[in-house]
This record gives sequence, structure tokens and C-alpha cells, in this order.
Amino acid sequence: MDTLIQLLDLTVRSAVPLLLACLAGLYSERSGIVDIGLEGKMLGGAFAAAAAAAVTGSAWLGLGAGILVAVSLSLIHGFASITNRGNQIVSGVAINFIAAGLSALLGQAWFSQGGRTPQLQKVERFNPLELPLSETLSSIPIFGPVYRDLISGHNLIAYFAFLMVPLTWWVLYRTRFGLRLRAVGENPAAVDTAGISVSWARYRAVICCGVLCGVAGAYLSIGVSAGFVKDMTAGRGFIALAALIFAKWRPVAAMWACLLFGFLGAIEIRYQGVALPLVGVVPVQLMQALPYILTVILLAGFIGKAIPPKAGGVPYTKER
Amino acid sequence: MNLTLPRWVDYGLMPLINVAVAFLIAGLVVLFVGESPVQAAYLMVRGAFGNGYNLGFTFFFATTFIFTGLAVAVAFHAGLFNIGGEGQAYIGGLGVGLVCLSMDTVLPWWMTFPLAIIGAAAFGALWAFIPAYLQARRGSHIVITTIMFNFIASALMVYLLAGPLQKAANLGPRTRDFEAGGQIPKLDWLFKPFGVDMGASPLNISFLLALIMAGVVWAVVWRTRFGYEMRTQGVSPRAAIYAGMPEVKIIVLTMMFSGALAGMMALNPVMGDQTRLQLDFVEGAGFVGIAVALMGRSHPAGIVPAAILFGALYQGGAELAFDMPNITRDMIVMIQGLVILFAGAMEFMFRPALARIFSAPAQQEKIS
Repeated sequence: MDTLIQLLDLTVRSAVPLLLACLAGLYSERSGIVDIGLEGKMLGGAFAAAAAAAVTGSAWLGLGAGILVAVSLSLIHGFASITNRGNQIVSGVAINFIAAGLSALLGQAWFSQGGRTPQLQKVERFNPLELPLSETLSSIPIFGPVYRDLISGHNLIAYFAFLMVPLTWWVLYRTRFGLRLRAVGENPAAVDTAGISVSWARYRAVICCGVLCGVAGAYLSIGVSAGFVKDMTAGRGFIALAALIFAKWRPVAAMWACLLFGFLGAIEIRYQGVALPLVGVVPVQLMQALPYILTVILLAGFIGKAIPPKAGGVPYTKER
Repeated sequence: MNLTLPRWVDYGLMPLINVAVAFLIAGLVVLFVGESPVQAAYLMVRGAFGNGYNLGFTFFFATTFIFTGLAVAVAFHAGLFNIGGEGQAYIGGLGVGLVCLSMDTVLPWWMTFPLAIIGAAAFGALWAFIPAYLQARRGSHIVITTIMFNFIASALMVYLLAGPLQKAANLGPRTRDFEAGGQIPKLDWLFKPFGVDMGASPLNISFLLALIMAGVVWAVVWRTRFGYEMRTQGVSPRAAIYAGMPEVKIIVLTMMFSGALAGMMALNPVMGDQTRLQLDFVEGAGFVGIAVALMGRSHPAGIVPAAILFGALYQGGAELAFDMPNITRDMIVMIQGLVILFAGAMEFMFRPALARIFSAPAQQEKIS
């Protein structure tokens, strides 16, 4: 029971940044802007958050800086792909490199610690929260330990991430903004005909994407760790992208996909080199590659069909 | 948005403007960090071309980037974005490694090398085949699949190098060193007559192979039936289908050609420099290929100079980092990103202005 709870707790921890980045990508891609720059935006956000927290001594200012930088990168992507009608994939690749290069370069130039930011104090981070009554209720069988060790004890950003799931669902499916966002991703010409600006709708979606990427970055650098390390996102942006496809661009499914990939990550950390029942020792690399393999199989249509937003990746030209 | 430009503007001036803007921004970052951009540029140029040894390194990196640049460019011509050069090169290295490990004690290098070329190309092509097939037959997006295949390749190679292929646990994840049969000659003799002494720089004969492949790519893309089909597919997939061109075959063969080129990149570091298979020998070269292909406008005649420029950036950047500790090699990664941004994603930004300047009015009327 305890090991299971620990495993699930680790799952949640690995899933949070994926979930935030995945929802970020959801906003962008549902509006027709393909985004493979999630990784870079998360990285830029993580660096800015840690740097600002280290300099100002405030976790909240750190979070703000992280969001600001990630949104700026988003706007570059938006400018290239919405205003200039450039290739969205090329732009996303560019964002990834600019963020990776700039964060490490500035990190070294400012703090001279090999691209790291200084170790953050407790007050400069988002620390685990103790939910009310977690000790009192812990004597209740099953619910008690689950509440104390799994549900309680995460930082604010983690709760925010899971809160964003219903919120995103509500925004996408129950608000005017969401309807328009989905519409520009499916049929921008129709939206344009209705007198609504396609560009503006897409820009707003891209900004939402930046905000969430910034939060995801902050979770990594000033939440679960105490500072920024070069390339600390380590491919999470791409796993998030995979999760987005896996979830077929739907918010609630995105959460399950991220939890699944987080679970794989947790097993990888927890059971490294341990022989599992039935299968024996699974090479840790197989576990690392599994999210990617699953996504490839899904994309190939062997487990359901992932149909992307129809206008995804296509720049909108008003008239010819 | 059909803005035709004179060829020299499209293939010469545009890339130059794009690179100039990228460098300008990089210069501002250098200034921001508190160093002199002029001094940095001087150190970089000196680091890349200052002496024979440095020049050798510049061309060594350029060799790698010619291969990966060609790989990306070939796919571009068929309208495909092969972002998986990184993984294909990594797996290509496996092909090189297996050939060398099994033949290096038996055969001389000039017999191993052709086999290793085949090994590299075959493994690289194989790694591109699956995404290509899935795109062509099952409609999964090639960009996403090739990204996923990069990660899968990386995991696979870590598994192999830290497991079955590892020499000894205490040496880290790498194979044994290749014997003489698995090492290819350096190229210093070629530059000696010009008074350039490249010393111990790792430039090797795979540079010549890269130049040959640039010629092969040109011939295939512009001088064969397959190349024509490929370019048709790139410009208009519908037209290609209407003309009865085999779509699946074009996609699969183009990607395999692209993957083979990416795979051949591995010959340079694996046989030419490290003479063993080790972790992460690709070092992002697959991604540099994207910048090189975009800057070289997907033409071998543009890719070779673009690759040399990036070779100079990598070598010069390493020297710069040595002289200015505040400016690490990460700056090169940023410049690469900026080049991709301006030469690729924002290529339309300067185009209208250039078209206004250079297109004759008569020509514009003809278009409209």
C-alpha cells in the first residue's frame, strides 16, 4: 500500500509539468497553431523563474518572470506563424534553440555557475502544502494515507495544474472565447466570415499557451527543484506534445495521458534495475522510450485514430 | 503571396540578410552580457580560421553539417520536414560501429570504409523508413513521428552502449576502440600544398564524401525522374497524384534517401575522430542540419557554404568560450535558433520588401 502510494505520488509529481505544457499546447493547437516549441518555452520560463526568484527573493515574482518570458517566446512564435504566415514547425524548432541557448548563456553570464542559477532558499520557492486535517485523518484506513501522502503535500502549482483541467474544459466548450478558439482551428474562413478576427483569436490562444508553459517551467525550477539547471526540461515538452496527441487534443483526456506518462516516468525512477513480476528486469531505456513508442503506435492509427484540428499548421490567408 | 525574386536575390541576398539579422541580435545579446560584440566576432573568426589546426576543425564540423543539411534539404524538396536527422544519424552510427567492430581487425580501412558507408546509410535509411511508411500509408504526421524516433533512437543507443556493445563498465557507455581497419585517414595532406598545416585536427576523408554526396543530391533532385517526382510532390501533392506519380513510393524513398544522408554523418565523428562508438556523438548535428538547409535554400550549392559557416560558428564559438568565459558555446545554439527563425519561419518578413525593390514591374504584372 505504501509503495503504491509513493509510486502514485511520484506519478503526480512527474505529471504536473507535463500536464501544464500539454494544456498549453492544447490551447495553441486547438486554435490551429501547431506548437513544437513547448519545450523551449518551458525552459525559458524555468530559467526566468529561477533567475528572478534568486534575484528578488520572491517565488511569486519568479513565477511572474517565468510567465512573462514564456509568453514573449509564444508571441515570437505567433508573430512568425500568424502575422508572417511562416512555417509553424520551423518556428517552433527555432524557439526551442533560442530558449536553450539563451537560458544557458545568460545563466552563465549572470551567475557564473556553469549555466545554473543560485540555489534557492525555501522562501524563494513554491513549497509543499499541507492540506488541512491530513494528520488527523491519516488513521482512517486507505483514505487517510491517500489523503495525507498523495493528495496533500504538493505545491500550489501542482494543484493549479489539476484545476486547469476542468477550467480548460469549461473555457473551450462553454465560453464564447473557447468556441471561437476551436473554430479558428477547424475552419478559420468561417470565423472570418462571421466578422471575427482569426489572427486575434489565434494570438490569444498562443498567449494562453505561453502562460501555462511559463507556469510549467516555474514548477520545475522553483517548485520541485531549488534552481535552474541547463536543459532542465529534458524533453518534457515533447512528451507533453505526445500526451496531447495521445489525448486527441481534449483536456480531460490530456490529464489521463499525462498521468499515464508520469506513471511510466515514476516506474522508471522507482524500479530501475528491479525485476518485475512476469517480465523480469525491464531496461530503464525501454521505460524512457515507452511514451514515444506509444505515441507513434497511436498516431499510426493502431489504437484509435488521432485526428488533429483541421486547420492546424496552416497559416490563414484572408483572400487570394 | 507569390513573389518571385531574381535568382541571385532569392539564393544569395536573402540568406545573407537573414544571417545578418541573426548575427545582429546575437551581437546585442553579447552587448547585454557586457562583452564587446566586435571583439567577440574577431575572436570567433580567428578561432575558426586563424590557423591550420582551427581551420581543420571548422571543416570537420562542416563535414557533419553538410550531411545533415543535405538530409533535411532532400526531404524539404518533397514537402516533408525530416526533424529526425538526429536520430537517423545516431542509428547510422550504429551501422558504422557494427561494421567497424566486426571488420576492423580483418580488413584494411579502404575496404571497411565503403562497407561502413553502406552500413551508415542503411541504418539511417531504416530509421527514416518507419516514419515515412507511417506517414505515407497511415497518415501519421511525419514531424511528430520523427521527433518521437529521435527519443527512441537515443534510448536504444544508451541501452546498447551501456549494455551489449559496452567494452567495460568502468569506461562508461562506449564500445572498444577500433583497430586500424576502423580508422579513416586524415585530410591534412590535401591542404599541405597550400601551406596550411592542420596538425592533429580531426578533418578526414569523409569531408570528400560529403562533397560527393552534395553532387549526388544535386544530380538526383534535379537530373532524374525520381527527383522530378519528388519536387512535384513537394510543390503540389495533388498534381503529383493527378500525374500518376506513386505517392507512397516517393515519400518512402525520399525519406530513406534523407535518412541515409543523415546516417552517413556518423562516419565523420565515429570513424574519423573518436574511432569508437560512444554516447551522444551526434551532438545536435541533426538539428543544425535544419538551419543549414534553410540557409542554403535546400540547394547543395547553398548547403556547402552554409555548413562551412556553421562549422566556423561551432569551432569559433568553442574558441570564443575559451577567451570570453562569459560567452559559452550555448551562444551558437542561440544563433542557430535565430537563423532557423529568420531564414525559415520568418522568410516572408523581408520578402515583400525585397520583391518591391528587385522585381521588375512587368514581371509583377505577369504574375497578377
